[in-house]
Amino acid sequence: MPFLLRRLAGLVATLTGISLVVFAVMNVLPGDPALTILGLDSTEDARAALSAQLGLDQPVWARYLDWLGGILQSDFGTSYAYRVPVTELILERLPLTLTLGLLASILTIALATALGVFAAARHGKAGDWVTMILSQLGIAIPAFWLSILLVLLFAVTLRVLPSGGFPGWAEPLEALKSLVLPVTALVLVQASVLARVTRASVLEVAKLDYARTARALGLSPRRVMWGHVLPNALVPMVTVAGMQLAGLITGTIVIENVFFLPGLGRLMFQAINNRDLYTVQALVLLFASIVVIVNFLVDMIYLLIDPRLREGRS
Amino acid sequence: MRNLPVSLWIGGALVGVIALAALVSLVWTPQDFATVAVSERFQPPSARYWLGTDQLGRDVLTQLMVGARNSLTIALVAVGLGGALGTALGLLAGAKGGWTEEIVLRLADFSFAFPALLFAIMLAAAFGPSFANAVVAIAFINIPVFVRVSCASARQVWQRDYVLAARASARGGLAITRDHVLPNIAAIVIVQATIDFAGAILIEAALSYLGLGVQPPEPSWGRMLSEAQTLLFLAPQLTVLPGLCIVATVLGFNLLGDGLRDLADPRREKAR
Amino acid sequence: MRRTALALTTALVALPLMALPGWARTEITLSTQQEPTVLDPTADATASIDSMLTQNVYESLTSVNEAGEVIPALATDWTVSEDGLTYTFTLASGVTFHDGTSFDAEDVLFSFNRAMAEDSTNPSKRIFEPITEITAPDAQTVVITIDHTDAFFLFNLAQGDASIVAPESVDGNATSPVGTGPFRFDSWTRGDRLTLVRNDDYRDLQDGMMERITFRFIADPTAVTNALMAGEIDGTAGFPSPELLPMFESDPRFTVAVGTTQGEVILALNNGRAPFDDIDARRAVNHGLNRQEIIDGAMYGYATPIGSFFPPSDANYVDLTGLYPFDPEVARSLLADAGIAEGTSIRLRIPPFAYATRSAVIIQAEMAAIGLDVEVEQLEWAAWMDQVYNGRDYEMTIIAHTSPNDLSNFTRGPNYFYGYDNPAFNTLWDQIVATADPVARGALLQDAQRFVADEAVHGFLFQLPSLGVYRTELSGYWVSSPVIFSPLADLRWTE
Repeated sequence: MPFLLRRLAGLVATLTGISLVVFAVMNVLPGDPALTILGLDSTEDARAALSAQLGLDQPVWARYLDWLGGILQSDFGTSYAYRVPVTELILERLPLTLTLGLLASILTIALATALGVFAAARHGKAGDWVTMILSQLGIAIPAFWLSILLVLLFAVTLRVLPSGGFPGWAEPLEALKSLVLPVTALVLVQASVLARVTRASVLEVAKLDYARTARALGLSPRRVMWGHVLPNALVPMVTVAGMQLAGLITGTIVIENVFFLPGLGRLMFQAINNRDLYTVQALVLLFASIVVIVNFLVDMIYLLIDPRLREGRS
Repeated sequence: MRNLPVSLWIGGALVGVIALAALVSLVWTPQDFATVAVSERFQPPSARYWLGTDQLGRDVLTQLMVGARNSLTIALVAVGLGGALGTALGLLAGAKGGWTEEIVLRLADFSFAFPALLFAIMLAAAFGPSFANAVVAIAFINIPVFVRVSCASARQVWQRDYVLAARASARGGLAITRDHVLPNIAAIVIVQATIDFAGAILIEAALSYLGLGVQPPEPSWGRMLSEAQTLLFLAPQLTVLPGLCIVATVLGFNLLGDGLRDLADPRREKAR
Repeated sequence: MRRTALALTTALVALPLMALPGWARTEITLSTQQEPTVLDPTADATASIDSMLTQNVYESLTSVNEAGEVIPALATDWTVSEDGLTYTFTLASGVTFHDGTSFDAEDVLFSFNRAMAEDSTNPSKRIFEPITEITAPDAQTVVITIDHTDAFFLFNLAQGDASIVAPESVDGNATSPVGTGPFRFDSWTRGDRLTLVRNDDYRDLQDGMMERITFRFIADPTAVTNALMAGEIDGTAGFPSPELLPMFESDPRFTVAVGTTQGEVILALNNGRAPFDDIDARRAVNHGLNRQEIIDGAMYGYATPIGSFFPPSDANYVDLTGLYPFDPEVARSLLADAGIAEGTSIRLRIPPFAYATRSAVIIQAEMAAIGLDVEVEQLEWAAWMDQVYNGRDYEMTIIAHTSPNDLSNFTRGPNYFYGYDNPAFNTLWDQIVATADPVARGALLQDAQRFVADEAVHGFLFQLPSLGVYRTELSGYWVSSPVIFSPLADLRWTE
C-alpha cells in the first residue's frame, strides 16, 4: 500500500502547510485581538493585560509550536473572542453545517442524476432542451441572488417557510423547515452543473458498442440505461461531484450568512472579523481536510470503477 | 458557418452585447458614472435616464455599462494570469513527470483545498479591498484548475509516437513542449478558460457583494446588488437589472465554452 | 417540559393567536444586528452585550432613564460631599443575585476593585480612574472618594462596564451571566439567539412584565425586514436601513420609533498630518460638504445635521450648522490658500458600517466638486481600529462617536486618532468637568462646541438617529438611546 501511505503523507503535509499559511496570514492581518475585544474606549494598560492573558505577548513561532503541541493532545486552543475551547465552538455548530452539506449533496446527486438521465433519454427532444436550458440558467444565477428571491417568495409573500434562522434540533420539524430554502438555493446551482455532466457522459457511453449490443439483445431501454449505461458513465460524474464539494463548502459559508444560520460558515466570518486566530485555524483545517479527503475518496472510487486506472498510478 | 453549434451563436451574441457595452463605456456613457445627484434618485426610465436612476441619482445604464467593463476586465486579467501560470506549471509537470509532477500536483491540491472565499477575505483584510486584490484572489482560485487540465492533457501528448520520436532525436523538453505539446493542448485550455471566465464573473460578483471587490465610485454589478438589496420592495429593478446582467454574462460564456468544446472535439455530440 | 410546550405553541400557532383578544402575551422576540461573543459587559466592549444585558440581567449602582438623567438602581440613594469628592451610596436591601447569593456592599467593593486592578481588562477602565478609595462602612453603605470633581461620575457608574457582579459567579459570566436585574439569563445559542426569563424575585416586580424575552441575532437588514414581515420577530432597535421605514410606517402592524442617540457622525480629518494640519484645508472641506444631501442620500432624511460635536437633543446644544455654508467656490479658494493643488489625492478609509459606506460615496462626489480626488477604502472593523484608530494612518474617515459626553475626545492629544492638540481646549474641558453648577457648565459646554466648530477640527455631519420598528401592540420600549443599554422591564403587550 505505498500508494495509500503516500497519499496520507501528502494529506498531512497539505494540512501542515495550510496551518502555517493561516497562522502567518492571521498574524500579518491588521487588527489587534485585544483592541477588537475591548473597543475604542479601552485604555492601553487594559489591552496589554488582556494581550498577556491571551498569550499574545509571546513571539509568533512560540505560539505556533505551542498550538502544534496542543493539536497532538487534541487541544485546538481557546477562542480569543468566545473564551471557550475552539472544539466546543465547532462541535456545537457542526451538526447544522453537516446536515446542510449532506442534505445538499444527496439531493444534488439525486436530482442531477435524474435530470441528466432524463435529458439523455430524450436526447434532442423537447424534454432535453428544457432541462438543459434550465440547468444553464441554474449555473448562471448567483446563489446569493437566488436566495434573496426565494426568501421574498416563500417567506415574505407566501409565508410558508421561515426567512432564516434555526430553531434548534429540539423541534425537528421546524428545524427541517428552516433548512428547506438554504438547501434549495445550494442544490439548484450545484445540481445544474452535475446534471449537464451526467447527460454528456451518459450520451457518450450510450454510443459505445456494448450499449448498442444490449439494446440489440432486446433489453428494455430502461434496463440498458440503469443497468449498463449509467454505471459506466460514473467516472466523470464522480470527478465533478468531488470537485463540487469544494464549491459546496464555500456555498455553505455564503448561504449560512444569507439565511443567518448559526453554522460553521457564520462562525468563520465572525472569527476572521474578531481576529480569533485559533478558531479560524481550526475551521480552515476542517474545511481543507474535507476537501482533501474527498479528493482522495474520489481517486479511490476511480480505482473501484475502472481497474485500468490502477496501472496509471504509482 | 451553418455547422456552428447553436450554443456558440447564443453564447456569442450574449457575450458580444455585454462586451460591446463594456467597450462603448470606454469612450461614451449616457452620464458620468461618479456623479451623485440625490435629488434625482429613483427616477423612472426617461429620455435622459434610459433605465432610470438609483438610490443616489446615478444613471443605472451607465452603472451597468461601467460595471460590465469592470467585471469583464477583472475576469479577463484574473483568468489570464491564473491560466498562464497554471498552464505553465501543468506543462512543466507533464514534461518532467516524477517528483516535479508530484510536487506541482500537490501544490495544486493545496490551493484547491484552501477555501477560495476565505483566501479572498484574508487578502482583502490584509491589503484592503481593491480591484487588484480581487484579480489576485480569482487568479489564485484558477491556478489549480489549469494545472490539472493542462498536466493531464500534456501527459497524453507526451505518450504519442511523434513526441517519442522527437525525444529519441534528442530534442529538448522545452522545444518539444513548445512545438508539439502546447499546440495540442491549446484548444482544451482555451475551452477551460472560457468556462472559468464565467466562474470568475460569478466570484467577482460575490466578492463585490461582500464589499471586497472594486471600490466606489467604480460601479460593480455585485455591489449594485448588495446596495439595492434593501430596496427590493421600493425599487425592485435596481436588484433585478444587475442580477440579470450577471446571469446573461455567465450564461453567455458558458454557452460559448460549450460551443467551442464541440468545435474543438467534433466527436462530441453537436448542439447546445 | 413547560418550556418546550410554550416554545412549540409560540412557533406553531403564534400567528393565529396573536389576533385573539384577551390572551395576555408575556413573551417577545426582538432582533439585534450584532452578535455577542461573551456575555460579560465588564470584559468585552461589544455593544449588543450592553443592549441585551445591562440593567436587564446586570445592574449597576446607578442607572439612566430615557431622558438621559441618572436614576437609582442598586444604590437607592446617595449623597455627595460639599467638595464634590466623596460619594456615599445607600444600597438596596434584600437583593439577591440570580444564583441565590445575597447582594451587599462587599459585592460592590469586589466589582470595583476588580475593574480597577492592575491587570483589569475592563473595556472602560477610564470610568474608574478618578477613584482613590472605596470603602464599605456597613453592608448597606459604600463610600467612594475621587481625586477631582467629575460631573459625569454618576452617569458613568450606570454603564455596563460598572456592573455589580458577585465573586461567586463572576468567572462564569462570560457564558452564563448572573446579576441582580429584573431578568435572568435562560439560554444562549451562539450565533443564533439569547433568551432571558423574568426574575420573579426581583425587588420591583411589576404587573405585565415579560416572562420571556428572546433576542435573535440577525445581521443583514434585508433579513431583519423579512423576519419582521413574516412575523418571526416582534421588533428591533437600531434598524439599519432608513429607506425601509416608510414601508413600515404605512403598515398598520408596525410602529416606527424614531429617536435620538448620542452618536455624532463625523467626517474625521487627521489633524496630525498634511493636508489637514492646515485649518484652511479643514475649513475648505467643511464648505464643500452638503449636509442635507448626505442626510438625504445616506439616511433618507432620518437624521439631524450637526455643526459641532454635541447631540442636538441636549439642552445645551448650539446650532452651528451655518458656520461653514455649503459653497464649493469658497472651498476651492480656501484650498488654493492652503496650497493644495487641484486633483490632490486623499484617502477616505471607512469602517464597515452602513452610515459610513453610504455617506462615503456622496462625500467622494462632493469633494470631487471642490477639486479633491477622494479614494474610498472600506476596511474591516478590526483593521479600521488597528490602522486608522490606533495607527492614525489616514487622511479622512467617517465614524459615529456614540459615547455620551465625548467632547473630551478633543483633549486626548496628538496620539489620539484626531491628531488634534490644543492646550486652550484642554483648559476649557477641565473647567467643564470641575463645574458642578448645571447652568455654568451648560454655558461652558456651549463654548466648547463653538471652539471645535471654529477650529473646523472635523467635518461634522449628522446625529445618528435611533431607529426602531415594533409591533403596534407593543409599548414600553425606548424610542431614544441616551446610552448603549436599553432597559426592557417596561415592555408590555397592549390590546
